[in-house]
Amino acid sequence: MKSTRMGGALAALTVAAGLAGPAAAQDDTFKIGVITFLSGQAAESFGVPAWNGGKLLVEMLNEGGKMPAPYDTKGFGGLNIEVVVVDEAGGATKQVQEFRNLVQREEVDAVVGYVSSGDCLAIPPVADELKAFTILYDCGTPRVFEDGSFEYVFRTAAHATMDNVSLARYLKSRNFDVPSFAGLNQDYAWGQDSWADFTGSMAQLFPDAEVKTALFPKFGAGQYGTEISALLRERAAVVHSSNWGGDLQGFLIQATARGLHERSQLALAAGDHVIPQLQDKMPDGVILGARGVNGLAAKARGGELQELTDTLWDAYEAEYGVFPVQAPFRMWQALLGLKTAVEKAMADNGGTKPTDEQLAAAMKGLEWDAPSGHIEMALADGHQAIQPNAIGTTKWNAEEGRMELVDVEYFDARCVNPPEGMKAQEWLAQGFPGAKCD
Amino acid sequence: MMRSNLLLSAFGAFAVLAAGSVILPDWAMFLFAMALAKGLVCLGIVGMMRGGLVSFGQGLYYCLGAYTATLVAGSFGVSDIFLLTLLSAGVCLLVGAAFGPLLANYRGIFFAMLSLALSMVLYGSLSKMSFIGGTDGLNIAAPTFLGWAPEGRPLQTALYIYVTALVVIAGTLMRIFFDSEQGLITLATRDNELRVEYLGASVRNVMSYTYVFGAVLGGIGGTIAVLALGHVDPEFAFWTTSGEFVFVAILAGYLSVPAVFVAAIILEMVRSFSNLYFPNTWQLALGIFLLAVIVMLPNGLGSLVRRRKEDAT
Repeated sequence: MKSTRMGGALAALTVAAGLAGPAAAQDDTFKIGVITFLSGQAAESFGVPAWNGGKLLVEMLNEGGKMPAPYDTKGFGGLNIEVVVVDEAGGATKQVQEFRNLVQREEVDAVVGYVSSGDCLAIPPVADELKAFTILYDCGTPRVFEDGSFEYVFRTAAHATMDNVSLARYLKSRNFDVPSFAGLNQDYAWGQDSWADFTGSMAQLFPDAEVKTALFPKFGAGQYGTEISALLRERAAVVHSSNWGGDLQGFLIQATARGLHERSQLALAAGDHVIPQLQDKMPDGVILGARGVNGLAAKARGGELQELTDTLWDAYEAEYGVFPVQAPFRMWQALLGLKTAVEKAMADNGGTKPTDEQLAAAMKGLEWDAPSGHIEMALADGHQAIQPNAIGTTKWNAEEGRMELVDVEYFDARCVNPPEGMKAQEWLAQGFPGAKCD
Repeated sequence: MMRSNLLLSAFGAFAVLAAGSVILPDWAMFLFAMALAKGLVCLGIVGMMRGGLVSFGQGLYYCLGAYTATLVAGSFGVSDIFLLTLLSAGVCLLVGAAFGPLLANYRGIFFAMLSLALSMVLYGSLSKMSFIGGTDGLNIAAPTFLGWAPEGRPLQTALYIYVTALVVIAGTLMRIFFDSEQGLITLATRDNELRVEYLGASVRNVMSYTYVFGAVLGGIGGTIAVLALGHVDPEFAFWTTSGEFVFVAILAGYLSVPAVFVAAIILEMVRSFSNLYFPNTWQLALGIFLLAVIVMLPNGLGSLVRRRKEDAT
């Protein structure tokens, strides 16, 4: 008889669940579900700074008139922006569940999120099944739109191939002599893919360079004694690393203590985000990227986007006491893209809150300006963005006590991203056909 | 008499659960389907717990089942849910039968650690295999049901009814096993292993059985989970996943079968809502909940039913 008793409990639970009805969004608010790391290793590096930046921008937009044109209108086309934040920690299984909860229980109008590539692969099929407009704002893997195509899913940042192609192009354009190179990358998809992209680019630009060694310490290793010994012994001209967060800080501190940066040129695919933590412990002369014209590279760029960049930069620095690195820039470009898409859809539908279909139609192939440059949804039939990139060299400014990027090179979006209809790996293997570098 | 009671309970449980497909909103139906799929894995652990063993590596079979289904679906275009479930269960049966007799020689922490080690071997291997997605994992298309390919709510309903049916069948079979001679020997092992051996029964044999049952249930749970999610990654075999299964088993206790599924559903609900209301401290909220349950119900949810029964007599 146990079953029936427990069955009764289950029924009660069922009813309770059914009663907890959704908080439906109003017609004058636009509700976004934001998913980003609030705990775990990626929180400190990406999730928290990204959402700090996002929160700031949402507040400024809701007040209205705080941003330079064309972003000076209130909210999204006059709609007040409301946000539900969910932690991305916990794996893809949990994220799929949370995504369904956001769409079906919280009834959000759009979802913006995902740093982890695994989550970015798991979410799109569900988004299409639920016909829920979704923006992937940060994750790197090109597989999302190369292995599948989705109606309601958009990625507003370039995929990770750009990061490593740009590094190789920087070495080439600044005439580095690279007879040999080595790599130290985290042993999971991000590290493995980054190394494959870097070696692929180097094979085209420095065909004679010899690959000395490819080290893959496990993710979160923290200790790199043996790996640094191996790198010191190999005496490669360039040491490449796509490490991030604590792994990158650990590697840099341990490597500089033993003089690796004096023996080899360090090249970091996504290294800018550890500068605020390391400060002068980050050695001079390190070549690094920021996954786009983000952080210090955006500040140093000038030009017509200066006002937009400075507005957000100053607000961020005033609020959090630290300058913004790559993560907030990527969140900003996602939210500004969403704002542009909502307003475009509202212009087309007569000013009512757009449906998921209208949003998807507006977002497809969209172009807009962000602090990180001109963003174009140019790939995957208008679903995948390309953006310009920048690589620079670190130089500590002792007088002002801050890190500067010098010798910054800006790469056109079409110079470092594959053209429409071509997979990233094929593009590298064929020697960058269709690349436009001016 | 016992049998007819059991059958009646099974039908009752199925009717109540199946009613959920009408009552439940979309998000809750998905949450329940996932919870029930995970509950199947936990049922396997509860089987072992009755013999005094805790497997910290059920993620091995959960992951193996999920990857078997995904790879078969991806390579051979099989999408029938019945066939995929059978195949995964078959693979897990074989692997479980290979490791079961080996692990059945170990007790306590040694059994837990060895089972954990096996699942972490699978995790490590899958993470290295970039040709099947490495740590990013793989996607699997929505399943079909004997040629019927539903979409949207009908798909979720069909999946939910399917997992409900499996849960009731597996629960009933496990109950029959628990009450059988072998099952009672397992329970006796928990109290005094030596005495069981002296009575002429083989502890090793019964533990091998429960391990293999756990493996098959793990494979089935993994298959349903991956079909519902549409994505699998090596996290399925990671120790935190296995730990979660163990937690549900502890929450449920070894006394009652339905308690396992109730525990699984409660855990999913608590996690989902704490995530929404405390985005920065949801792990803390979850931890406090788990601690409270362990302090107040050391023998698990199942002990509530047992206590009431004792009061009645």
